[in-house]
Amino acid sequence: MQVEFNADTDQLTASLLGELDHHGAGEIRERIDSVILQQHCRHLVLDLSRLGFMDSSGIGLIMGRYRLMLSLGGQLTVTGMTPRMEKMLRMAGLEKLPIWEKQEKENAHETNQ
Amino acid sequence: MKPINEMKLTFLSRSANESFARAAVAAFAAQLDPAVDELADLRTAISEAVTNAIVHAYPHELGNIFLTVQLYENGCITVRVRDRGQGIEDVSKAMEPLYTTGGEDRSGLGFSVMQSFMDKVRVRSIPGKGTTVTMEKYISLRVKGRS
Ligand SMILES: Nc1ncnc2c1ncn2[C@@H]1O[C@H](COP(=O)(O)OP(=O)(O)OP(=O)(O)O)[C@@H](O)[C@H]1O
Ligand SMILES: [Mg+2]
Repeated sequence: MQVEFNADTDQLTASLLGELDHHGAGEIRERIDSVILQQHCRHLVLDLSRLGFMDSSGIGLIMGRYRLMLSLGGQLTVTGMTPRMEKMLRMAGLEKLPIWEKQEKENAHETNQ
Repeated sequence: MKPINEMKLTFLSRSANESFARAAVAAFAAQLDPAVDELADLRTAISEAVTNAIVHAYPHELGNIFLTVQLYENGCITVRVRDRGQGIEDVSKAMEPLYTTGGEDRSGLGFSVMQSFMDKVRVRSIPGKGTTVTMEKYISLRVKGRS
């Protein structure tokens, strides 16, 4: 389990690599949170596109980062999810939260028209 | 019906064994030639059950986790994850979506994920004695030789 950071002027991208389970989640959480706090980050992007596996421990990680960014007056975006990951996020009731990547929102908009 | 193959594993409730259990079950289940998606469903459900035993059954100590996997001719695979940990007082409450005793890091979705990714999930638990989670999934039998 690895995490790569990419800091832009207005956002911090954390790309997760490998398999995200309970075993790896604790350390990854600590690393992400310390970079968020160090860099006074207002917009966190969690990129899951290079994740080979994720279980509900990943949902816990996403929910926790969402709450942290909210408490900092910032926002979270999640990108690169597989359909299986999206299904799990929906189970958690997170489909109502503004964390889905923009592209998907635009698509949803198109189908509404 | 008798299984055409069976394997049993016993391992300690160390979190490093979460990925070990996923890999072991996936390697054994490969005999039924599951599709990529079916294998991913299976790996996710195993991960949930084994993680629960590690996190909830033995919160303050290391204990044994007993894993049994059976393969059937009709494509059914059954997985049993058993612990001798602290058990669950109210199983139906524990299985409700988002119910957790685990605090901040847990989402309370483990059982929901197992139910959604497997065809059948049964949980038996005795407080103070331990918990057994039995799951079934049907792997679609594909014609041999086709990719
Ligand atoms: N093997 C077990 N031994 C004792 N208690 C368990 C066991 N498995 C589950 N539980 C209880 O059932 C609850 C619900 O489990 P579930 O897997 O659905 O959610 P979680 O583990 O709390 O969170 P998540 O799986 O999303 O990280 C747990 O919080 C725990 O109280
Ligand atoms: Mg769980």
